[in-house]
Amino acid sequence: MLQAIDLECVRGERCLFQGLGIDLAPGQCLHIAGDNGAGKTSLLRILAGLLSPTHGTVRWDGHDITRTREEYGSDLAFVGHLNGVKDDLTVRENLQFEAAVRGGAAGVDAALAALASLGLEDFAEVPARQLSQGQKRRVALARLCAAPRARLWILDEPFNALDTRAIDALYFLIEEQLAGGGIVVLTAHQQVNLPAAALRLELLSGTFA
Amino acid sequence: MTAALLAVVRRDLLLALRQRGDVVNVLLFFIVVVTMVPLGVSPEPNVLRMIGPGMVWVAALLASIVSLARLFAQDYADGSLEQMMLSGQPASVVVIGKILAHWLVTGAAITFAAVPICVMFDLGLEPSGTLIAALALGTPALSLIGAIGAALTLGLRGGGVLVTLLVLPLTVPVLIYGAAAVDATAAGLSPAADLLLLGGLSLGSAALAPWAITTALRISLE
Repeated sequence: MLQAIDLECVRGERCLFQGLGIDLAPGQCLHIAGDNGAGKTSLLRILAGLLSPTHGTVRWDGHDITRTREEYGSDLAFVGHLNGVKDDLTVRENLQFEAAVRGGAAGVDAALAALASLGLEDFAEVPARQLSQGQKRRVALARLCAAPRARLWILDEPFNALDTRAIDALYFLIEEQLAGGGIVVLTAHQQVNLPAAALRLELLSGTFA
Repeated sequence: MTAALLAVVRRDLLLALRQRGDVVNVLLFFIVVVTMVPLGVSPEPNVLRMIGPGMVWVAALLASIVSLARLFAQDYADGSLEQMMLSGQPASVVVIGKILAHWLVTGAAITFAAVPICVMFDLGLEPSGTLIAALALGTPALSLIGAIGAALTLGLRGGGVLVTLLVLPLTVPVLIYGAAAVDATAAGLSPAADLLLLGGLSLGSAALAPWAITTALRISLE
C-alpha cells in the first residue's frame, strides 16, 4: 500500500537519511522515533507529498504520489506540526469545512463524535481562538475523522500537548483506524504504548537503523 | 469539486466577515488615496475630469496589492494551507476559490466604492458607467496576477515590498486599457474595444494564473 523506495533527504548541508525504504500493508502502524533534528518531520512531509525527497519515490497503491496527488490526498489525512485550525472560526465550522472539502457531509458527525471522545464536546460553538494549545491539537485530531475515506493517517507528534484522557482517546482512534484496515504513520519522541504489532523505525543523525 | 470550491469561498468570506477590520481598511485606503488627488494636484474640475479615471485605477491597483498580504499568509502560518493542498481536491480549485473570495471583498467592493468617487471627480454619467464597467471587468485580473506574487513571496521576509515590485509591472496592461476605456467614452467614442481587452485579460489570467499559483505554493510549502 504505502511504499517508500530508496528515499534520501538532504536539508542544507546535512544528509538526514539515505537509502530508506518503507513498505506498509493495511492494518499496519509505523512509529518513527529519533532525536530532535534526526529528520522525523522531513520524512513525514515526504511521505505526505509536501516535500520532495532528494532521491527516491513514495508510492501509494503502486502509483507515484506526485502523479496522483488528488487520489492520494483523498486517501490521506495529515496532522502536522501546525494544527491547521482557523482561529476565527468556531470548532464546528472548522470541522464542517474539512468535511465539505473532503466531500462528505457524514464527516461532520464523525468528527463531532471524535471531538466528544477527545473531551471537547462542549466547545463546538467556541471560536478556536479561545482554545488552549492542547485543545486546538484535539480539534486537529478530530479532523482526522472528518475524512472517513482516509485510509492513511500521517501524524506528526500527535501526543504533544495532550492530557492523559485525550492520549487514551487518540490510542483508541488509532486502533479503530488500524482495525478498519487503515495505515498509521506517526512520530513521537516520548514512550508510547501502541499496539504490539506496531513497527518502529529509529532515525539516527545522518543514518538509519 | 463545485462543492469544494463553494466551501472554500464560503470559508474565506466568513473569515473576512470575522476580520472586518482588514477588509474595511483596504476600502478606506482606496478612498483616502483617491481623495488626496484633488488636494495634491488641483481642485479644478477640468483637471480632475482628465486625471480622475487614471487615479481611480492607480488607487485600485495599490489597494488590491495592499490586500494581497492577507491572501495566503494566514493560511500558511497556521497550517491550513498545507491541509487544503492535501485535501484530495485539485489545488487549483482551492486557489480559485480563495481568489474569488478575495476579489469579492476587494475588487467588487472597490468597484462599488468607485461610484461616489465618480461623482467627486465630476466624470459625467457615461464615462462613470464606463469606469465602473472597466473596474468590474479588470479587477479580477488584478486579484489573479497579484495572487501569483503573493504565492511566490509566501514565507519570505520583506515579502510585501517584493510583491509590489513583482506584480505592478504585470498589471500595466490593465491600467492602460482601464483608463483608455474612460477616455474613449469621454471623447464620444465607443469603449467596447478597451472593455473587451480588459475582459480578455481577466479571462486569460483566470486560465493561466491558477497553474502558476499552485506551483508557487508547492514550492513555498517545502
